Amino acid sequence: MKDFAQLFTRLDQTNKTNAKVDALVDYFAQVDDADRLWTIALMAHRRPRRTVNTTLLRAWAAEYSGMPLWLFEESYHVVGDLAETIALMLPPQQGENGESLTYWVSYIRDLQHLEDSEKQQRITQAWSRLNHAERFVFNKLITGNLRVGLSQKLMIRALAAFSGVEENSLTHRLMGNWAPDDTTFQDLVFGDNPLDDISKPYPFYLAYQLEATPDTLGEASEWQAEYKWDGIRGQLIVRQDTLFLWSRGEELVTDKFPELAPLAKLLPNGTVIDGEILSFANDQPLPFSVLQTRIGRKNITKKHLETSPVVLMAYDLLEWQGQDIRQQSLEVRRRLLQNLVAQYPANGILRLSAALQFATWEALADLRAQARERFSEGVMLKRVNSPYRSGRKRGDWWKWKVDALTVDAVLLYAQRGHGRRANLYTDFTFAVWNGTELVPFTKAYSGLTDAEFRAITQWVNRNTIERFGPVRSVKPELVFEIAFEGIQYSNRHKSGIALRFPRMNRWRKDKPAHEANTLADLQALLAAPG
Amino acid sequence: MNLLEFTNNGIYCPQADVYIDPWRPVARALITHGHSDHARWGHQHYLCTESAAPVIRYRLGDIRLETVAYGEKRVINGVEISFHPAGHVVGSAQIRLAYKGEVWVVSGDYKLSDDGLAEAFEPLRCHTFITECTFGLPVYRWQPQHAVFQDINNWWRANQANGKVSLLSGYALGKAQRILRHLEHSIGKIYTHGAIENVNEVLRNQGIALPDTIRVTPEIPKKDFVGSIIIAPPAALDGTWARKFQPVSTGIASGWMSLRGARRRRAADRGFVLSDHADWAELHTAIQDTGAERIFVTHGYTGIFKKWLQEQGYDAHEVSTEYEGELGEVNEGKES
Repeated sequence: MKDFAQLFTRLDQTNKTNAKVDALVDYFAQVDDADRLWTIALMAHRRPRRTVNTTLLRAWAAEYSGMPLWLFEESYHVVGDLAETIALMLPPQQGENGESLTYWVSYIRDLQHLEDSEKQQRITQAWSRLNHAERFVFNKLITGNLRVGLSQKLMIRALAAFSGVEENSLTHRLMGNWAPDDTTFQDLVFGDNPLDDISKPYPFYLAYQLEATPDTLGEASEWQAEYKWDGIRGQLIVRQDTLFLWSRGEELVTDKFPELAPLAKLLPNGTVIDGEILSFANDQPLPFSVLQTRIGRKNITKKHLETSPVVLMAYDLLEWQGQDIRQQSLEVRRRLLQNLVAQYPANGILRLSAALQFATWEALADLRAQARERFSEGVMLKRVNSPYRSGRKRGDWWKWKVDALTVDAVLLYAQRGHGRRANLYTDFTFAVWNGTELVPFTKAYSGLTDAEFRAITQWVNRNTIERFGPVRSVKPELVFEIAFEGIQYSNRHKSGIALRFPRMNRWRKDKPAHEANTLADLQALLAAPG
Repeated sequence: MNLLEFTNNGIYCPQADVYIDPWRPVARALITHGHSDHARWGHQHYLCTESAAPVIRYRLGDIRLETVAYGEKRVINGVEISFHPAGHVVGSAQIRLAYKGEVWVVSGDYKLSDDGLAEAFEPLRCHTFITECTFGLPVYRWQPQHAVFQDINNWWRANQANGKVSLLSGYALGKAQRILRHLEHSIGKIYTHGAIENVNEVLRNQGIALPDTIRVTPEIPKKDFVGSIIIAPPAALDGTWARKFQPVSTGIASGWMSLRGARRRRAADRGFVLSDHADWAELHTAIQDTGAERIFVTHGYTGIFKKWLQEQGYDAHEVSTEYEGELGEVNEGKES
């Protein structure tokens, strides 16, 4: 694991993507196939199941460090990263570690069925043999959150440089249902055609947000537009009479949406559709919050199927009659998709995401303005003559969202952030007025600059009223404009409402607290469309 | 009446009518060292050590300032006052006050390890100890400085081999000179930001040996910097000043660099954990060595550190300063 810890340190020591890729290429050259495979798996978010619960891990770290648990917890709040806190607190290294990454991954997996006391003993033993950097990585392997500041895209670039296999091919090979236990580095990277695995999805094409106005994109006639649906991106595959449904997070979610199961029989083999999994009833989409009630549930109940039935809103066709057609133009793919949806109506579970009719950008802007009424977040722009690309690329697809809703709210509670925001107050709770009372209604974490967070941190330090563990209540003085994408009734929140994607738009230094919005203002938004 | 009290102006000795590092203008101020949050404007009369005086004069201009030697005793209205090395920066002092057999020590900022530049910390016995605790959490543990400087010199060498400029930030008084003292001059040329070079000149004039340095000026052609190291104050790293050094590798030398989050936020390539403050272990050694039973903690993680000391059996109290809280974020990168 020395090599892996060194890799981690090297990646951590630079902000430059080329230097990161170089570090990874060097690393691949140093280690054996087993470690290469595990490294790819970890960076492609295929970590093994967690075998130790972190509450126990904290207690054991405190015990081994000779510190009371409360002091460990306080330190954790300051450091903002559990693996790092443990590494910083442990007593000096006792022994040596010459073992590989693969060894330590197995070591951690083997803990699974042990009694807690035995787990503690093994983990303490491991800590005693590892140095600071190795302990940090070891802890990360246990807690599972191995973010190394290296996207999968860069990892693939490094792997391509190391292996000589082309990037697009690697991207495809690393998708789908593989696990390090079922394959080898050689098979994964150099093996036969990845399509041998019938479940294998294509990499999703992801759009960037359009920051400028659409006239910067050229002629309106070169573009296709659709409403942007507020569901879950999904890729539906039918091959060999079997249906696979992949989420954008490369998770196989077939079983979570049994409504779509009939498509296995209805659609011809060799069909792959890109679309949106959307809760849908009475000929119109339901808000995302309805879909949310069934996401993440292990078992889908009858009630879910009744209250939150889903359809696949299809917007692209990637494979047809067993042929990969991603290099065909959108125009061609779209025509095939239209025919397909018309030919296989499938009782309404497969729908075509309609192309909007517009002759000018102004006309499209008018349609976009109605997006909320259509239960959509804005419009998607796709270049008519473009292929279907892999990953997030600029140029051919853009999302042009409607302007966010906003409300001015008072900062009530502050909590320190994690990771690069550790030790800064970045996690805030906001309130609006209800008469003379401030009612908390949302949390928000993002949208401000580091300089603003620093200034707020100083202010929080001077204006704390009470501390509740890591949370501080502060004088109700600062006002922020909170932007959000949607608003819903909620019986889980004291305020009776829940926001979608809340974030801080700006710090309203010009507004005193008493001029912030009221609960009634928010309730008025509830009544409005969208 | 206590020998020392905590007032809105700072730490106050009513018997001698003097303040220690006061933050509002007062008649008589005892100053532990020259950092700007300790030596402030506007007092009528200043007292500090001989070696701290030149920088304080340079920073505060025409002030009424008197100096004492380390260990020299002054008696004011029966209170015996003396300054003792704190090991923080050149001239830094702990201040000892004794009255009718009762002894208090105000630590100021301090570290126990000898950095080869500041006068080395002297342990003092006392009944009551007022200690800073900037790094009063068990996650802060310093490596011996020779190991840190080995890393810094290796980093410089590697950058040089890659045709890069090494741009290293450290506080202008103390950290910068400590770095200069321990760089391997044989590697290449050493440049300094003007704010640092000004302090260097003051220190050289008082007889402190520093290696040869070149002040960065607009006339110096860009190519001259390649392969060299430039020492700059933390704020200079973010500004336009730093942009002309390319290609560059940036480093920050600070105790805060112990934490990944702090380093990533500063977006520096390298963080070197090098502090002029006591780490967790040193704080404990210092407190033990005073023999004091009553401890006041100030500057830093005061609430947590107080609670911990109380659990260890000390009569520990928290002193809130005007600049309460986690100074690391307030001063990010600057340790004063």
